Amino acid sequence: MLISNATLVCGNREKRADLRIENGKIASIAPRLVPRKNEPVLDCAGYTVLPGLIDMHVHLREPGFEKKETIESGARAAVAGGFTAVCCMPNTKPVADNKVVVSYIKHRGEEVGLCKVYPIGAITEGQKGETLASIGGMKAAGAVALSEDGKSVENSKLMANAMLYASDFGLKCLCHCEDRALVDGGVVNEGYYSTLTGLKGSIRAAEDILIAREICLSESLNIPVHICHVSTFSGVQLIREAKKRGVNVTAETCPHYFTLTDAAISSFDTNAKVNPPLREEKDRLAVIEGLRDGTLDCIASDHAPHHEDDKNVEFDLAAFGISGLETSFALSYTALVRSGALTLPALVGKMSARPAEILGLAGGKLEVGAPADITVVDLAEKWTVDPSKFLSKGKNTPFRGMEVYGSVKYTLVDGEIKFCG
Amino acid sequence: MKHKDLLGLYTLEAEEIGEILSLAAKMKALVRAGQKSLDSLKGRSAVTLFYENSTRTRTSFEFAAKFLGASTVNISVATSSVQKGETLVDTGKTLDAMHTDFIVMRHPMGGAPTLLGKTVKAHVINAGDGMNEHPTQALLDMLSMLEAWGTLEGKTVAILGDIRHSRVAKSNLYGLTKMGATVRMFAPRTLMPAGLDCMGAKICRSREEAVEGADAVMGLRIQLERQKAGNFPSLGEYAKYYGVNEDILRLAKEGALVLHPGPVNRGVELTSGVIDGETSVITDQVLSGVAVRMAVLQLLGEEEIC
Repeated sequence: MLISNATLVCGNREKRADLRIENGKIASIAPRLVPRKNEPVLDCAGYTVLPGLIDMHVHLREPGFEKKETIESGARAAVAGGFTAVCCMPNTKPVADNKVVVSYIKHRGEEVGLCKVYPIGAITEGQKGETLASIGGMKAAGAVALSEDGKSVENSKLMANAMLYASDFGLKCLCHCEDRALVDGGVVNEGYYSTLTGLKGSIRAAEDILIAREICLSESLNIPVHICHVSTFSGVQLIREAKKRGVNVTAETCPHYFTLTDAAISSFDTNAKVNPPLREEKDRLAVIEGLRDGTLDCIASDHAPHHEDDKNVEFDLAAFGISGLETSFALSYTALVRSGALTLPALVGKMSARPAEILGLAGGKLEVGAPADITVVDLAEKWTVDPSKFLSKGKNTPFRGMEVYGSVKYTLVDGEIKFCG
Repeated sequence: MKHKDLLGLYTLEAEEIGEILSLAAKMKALVRAGQKSLDSLKGRSAVTLFYENSTRTRTSFEFAAKFLGASTVNISVATSSVQKGETLVDTGKTLDAMHTDFIVMRHPMGGAPTLLGKTVKAHVINAGDGMNEHPTQALLDMLSMLEAWGTLEGKTVAILGDIRHSRVAKSNLYGLTKMGATVRMFAPRTLMPAGLDCMGAKICRSREEAVEGADAVMGLRIQLERQKAGNFPSLGEYAKYYGVNEDILRLAKEGALVLHPGPVNRGVELTSGVIDGETSVITDQVLSGVAVRMAVLQLLGEEEIC
């Protein structure tokens, strides 16, 4: 197949070029390629061709919570959002803490055959924080990383052991940072809006303390570590300082942390209930600055689909999370690139090459010989977020009605068109 | 009123608060005169839906509805069953299907009346939701003050106690400031939430600063569970360093009113000398409560009556 007349994002620059795909791989990139006889041509005039986007933090809910999402519906949402690969968190039922569940998720992802589905295994058995999960077995079954997502491993000794043992298998710990005692049942950020609504707040330190601990462990043990969904200005600063002194720490944030503040909860909109909670304007600006100066390596959606039954209840009882796969790119492009905070190649790097590097995955680059995982977008197209059109089963988004730029035209995985917008 | 529901004072305008208070004053006079069988809400039904125990507020609402001629039904839902029982939305739909006109709800979670109000056709009256608002309590406090002073404009009200967990403090803050009064607040730092200064409160660093020259002093209930959660060492220490006693009260303006939403822990937030003092309107607040709730029911129900 030939992708013609497009603008390609290659590394840190954009260039006009054609791209040929053969046997699922990128075969050539040149200013002008002539179609061969019977070769299909994807005319991408006016469009921009990106290395396939990679979301390193999603929840696909299967097995166990198929009412919220399945691997199939989640993968459909992923390709609709321009993602050619997703890494799914282990808080399923049963928990992905062993080779059987990990293997099921991997194989189900292959069977669905849309985007690449990379399972993440739990750090401890049953995510209970007591004993290590079967890390070697999960690696053999296809786990690409470990995470206790949804909570932290409270016992620091156990976490240190997890990082050391996981490193024997080349697996990184992706750390959800939350001091449970300090959160103490809080459901929103503590500040003006928690007082206004009377909803129980949780202070930044509840996140920062664990970010600091994971940095300390990483530094002490000399093991790389990755921090999930950074939301606080002070957390960004902790990571910035750690990187400066050479700690091997990487970090992600999510579109909602640089597009929204806790003002979104003022009307008790449970779709804005997320963990960590939406913070204040200074946090939002610090997250953008962290993305700009490289403190924050990548953007993940933390796609957390929920059924309406889980959200149409009292705020305190509502589930945490935002269905994010289908808005992640447009929100990021609109908030970061159109505003001038990031260049397009820089944004694309944070949504493809960096996650691939952090987890050691294939992809993330438009170069000859690479898998033909490709996302084609129309950056000029403006659209309005309408959850009823989501392919994900989770319609839970606080972005309903928001106007965004950048729509996905084609998503190709190993050279095959998996989504056509 | 311009609203279907009374969810809080944050969303009300000064004129609406004034309208409720002036009708409430009339209602109070009627009840005082023994007129307890009005018929303006005859043929209407009111449900009190309480997910938290409360004798005083529920009784007050029930009398208010009955004095206006409405029929009332009380529903108690154990807090423990909130999570496993029927959802609030489904309960609301059920009550709506019975053509309920008013649902008076108390709920341990902030925003629950907002969710119910969106779901049902009935008028929802918030009788206290978590740490959010308790509008009729603030209205009754304001009515007692208004009757003593003739105006709220330019007055200073000091609120002391567990501000963090108090829906009463917040509703009073919104209401009083809209009516031109100044609200001072004082609490142990562990029980003082963020952002109240941005909502118009004057945050004080000592009880003396809070009470000095105030026209009214309001104590808030201190619950023992706050001590167990580590917010202060003991009730004794709370009373000693944060409570209002006669000496502290003397710093207020002469004749300053003493208020408390009740039930009072004697000797903790207020000493008995303060509670039973000449300027205490704690008992008067109870009748103000019935009157304010009559006014709210009447005004919410009005347009359909005409």
